[in-house]
Amino acid sequence: MGEVKSPDRMQAKAVPVSPAPLYATRQKVYPKAVKGIVRRAKWLILILCLALYYAVPLLRWDRGPEMPDQAVLVDMTNGRLFFFFVEIWPQEVYYLTGLLVLAAIGLFAATSLFGRVWCGFACPQTVWTDLFMWVERRVQGDRNARMKLDLQPWTGEWLRKKALTHAIWLGIAMATGGAWIMYFNDALEMTPRFFTGQASLEVYFFFGLFTATTYLLAGWAREQVCTYMCPWPRFQAAMLDENSLVVTYRAWRGEPRGKPKGEGHGDCVDCMGCVHVCPTGIDIRDGQQMECIGCGLCIDACDDVMGRLGRQKGLIAFETLTNLAAAEAAAKPLPPGPARLACGMQARTHLRIVRPRTLLYAGVLGLVVAVMAGSWALRQTTSLAVLRDRAPNFVRLSDGGVRNGYALKLGDKTRGVESYALVLEAPAGLQMVVQDAAQDATGRPVLTTRPDGITQWRALVTAPPGLRLPENVPVTFTLLDAKGRAEVSTASVFMGPKPPESKP
Amino acid sequence: MPTKVEKDSITGRETTGHQWDGLKELNTPLPKWWLYVFYACIAFAIVWAIIYPSIPMTGARGLSGWTARGAIGPELEAERQSREPMLAKLRAATPAQIAADPAMRAYALAGGRIAFANNCAGCHGSGGQGAAGGFPSLADDDWLYGGSFEAIHGTIAHGVRNGADADARGIAMPRFLADGLLTAPQVNDVAEHLLGFTGRATDAAAAERGAAVFAENCASCHGEKGEGNREMGAPRLNDQVWLYGGDKASILRSVGYARAGVMPDWAGKLDPAIINMLTVYVHALGGGE
Repeated sequence: MGEVKSPDRMQAKAVPVSPAPLYATRQKVYPKAVKGIVRRAKWLILILCLALYYAVPLLRWDRGPEMPDQAVLVDMTNGRLFFFFVEIWPQEVYYLTGLLVLAAIGLFAATSLFGRVWCGFACPQTVWTDLFMWVERRVQGDRNARMKLDLQPWTGEWLRKKALTHAIWLGIAMATGGAWIMYFNDALEMTPRFFTGQASLEVYFFFGLFTATTYLLAGWAREQVCTYMCPWPRFQAAMLDENSLVVTYRAWRGEPRGKPKGEGHGDCVDCMGCVHVCPTGIDIRDGQQMECIGCGLCIDACDDVMGRLGRQKGLIAFETLTNLAAAEAAAKPLPPGPARLACGMQARTHLRIVRPRTLLYAGVLGLVVAVMAGSWALRQTTSLAVLRDRAPNFVRLSDGGVRNGYALKLGDKTRGVESYALVLEAPAGLQMVVQDAAQDATGRPVLTTRPDGITQWRALVTAPPGLRLPENVPVTFTLLDAKGRAEVSTASVFMGPKPPESKP
Repeated sequence: MPTKVEKDSITGRETTGHQWDGLKELNTPLPKWWLYVFYACIAFAIVWAIIYPSIPMTGARGLSGWTARGAIGPELEAERQSREPMLAKLRAATPAQIAADPAMRAYALAGGRIAFANNCAGCHGSGGQGAAGGFPSLADDDWLYGGSFEAIHGTIAHGVRNGADADARGIAMPRFLADGLLTAPQVNDVAEHLLGFTGRATDAAAAERGAAVFAENCASCHGEKGEGNREMGAPRLNDQVWLYGGDKASILRSVGYARAGVMPDWAGKLDPAIINMLTVYVHALGGGE
């Protein structure tokens, strides 16, 4: 380095250690195709999940005229959520919250029993990434072909294959974004409008958003979503314990690694099959890792090799850490060979499904289900809101009486038309009139409901002149059904002028 | 520019030749794609400035002739068109017919509330509660010109003493004291008599004298017992509602110097459908007859 003359530079050269980089460059993962029982289960779940996602908006459910007939629909415009026979109003969103709580506890329970089955099998990130990888493999070939392709210049074959891959990816992504908006709009009615450019800007925006996220997350980000973006892998350790099934490498059986024909070697032949099929690009033999999504494809890869070598399958398996430790302790003194394998496998015990942790999750799950079922069974379908006029607070009448006005909003979540008699529980003397309301035989105003809607009424309550009342009087409006039972009651107040101070 | 390009020995990058306290700046050029995006933005901005109005204060329009007002025009027109069928029905119907039809009534009450807030609430209050100083409450059961649909409609359409509409409501009340029609003691007597209508007279003798004065000067409009006359807009004097105050001082002022509220004539200023909607809305405030 004769050209460097500056003494500063010389000094800088004396410290050649560069600081650790803040940002790691992504090592692109090229997962290899694999066949086996886990892979078949994953395909089955993938097809099921995607079919569910794309087909549910097409399901129909007859709700009568002028009601949407889509079985599952979130109608933002009219503020209704339809789920088959269920229809909830915006203020009942806690039912949705309850479902999400159920889903979360169910996830906790499944994780404590079977490890990361959600991550490895059913998570949309996994499902769509799997689908995208399948496309990639069909167009560009398997692992080695793809690695070779990426080293080629950006012309000819490279351009053709990459363009085709991304075109199919975008197609899938658009179908994903397109299906998403069908949960918020009637699918049969929205589809033609969507393709003729007549849908609203929101529809196109969310279509674009979900197309873009699907394409980017499943096509480009992939395992980085699980490793860096998703909070679940970070705190799922709290649900896992040594009795949960996790994907593990039975080191007590596999080590020391070596050639199949060598002496003194364990069952692992170091073929790297488990590493090459891993969608997150890790080596399961390094032990439990946060990056492992528990998809079990390494099990298939290893079983394949073990089968071909005529060795017992299950060098990598869904296994609890308790069993792993027990087998290791039993097998440790023995040299590699069938005896060690048999000894280790014998030391294992059954999967403990009933544990304090799983009982706790089951209990909480049952509790939430009971609370939700109870609240649904006792769901109030009639509501009466009473809004007292504030301007004016009260009206002074020409005969000296005082009148208050109330807006009554009668909501009915069912689809029938009901009639209720309205009674006012108030100090004697107060009289109520409801504008435009019919009267029943005893002269009480009768309020009728609108199917799945709100009717509005105006009640005028009058205190005759001379009736001495305090400034604020609590009153209660009650709706009585045909049998005279109180359906719903709402409290309000009757206001008047401040009474003159009584002389002592 | 340095004549010789120097290479940094650690990173292998060229330096710019700039040096501060012995620290040299590496030459890290912008990525090409960034540069092209920057050029594309400049080109886009130029095209934009030609097509759309871009030069402030000059009123210059772009080639496309686009304006914000022009862009919203069709939207407003579409809104108007969507309201038009209902407004046509509301125009053709009488307020009583509107109130009897649930669909029209609901539309009129909702639209009337907005129209009331825009045009009427300034004087009559947001809920029609009125205001001190001669702005009557529309929510009570006391009406100067009547509380039926027809009467309310007429008052809204023609207004009160506005000097613009020949059919405007109300006539002028004489200024009994100011114009010398009555003497001060006579006005006092009449005031006592008026207080007596609601049992509040303090001077029985004065009230007695006032009865004669009232019969001679006031009863022709306000009625013998102070029951008022809606034809003329002469208010009822034997009830608890006093537009200008019911205490004796206020009554003395009203008799001596007269009162005369005014209200615009809304016919011609508002769509007939809006006036019908307002009529139904005011009628429903609580005092409709």
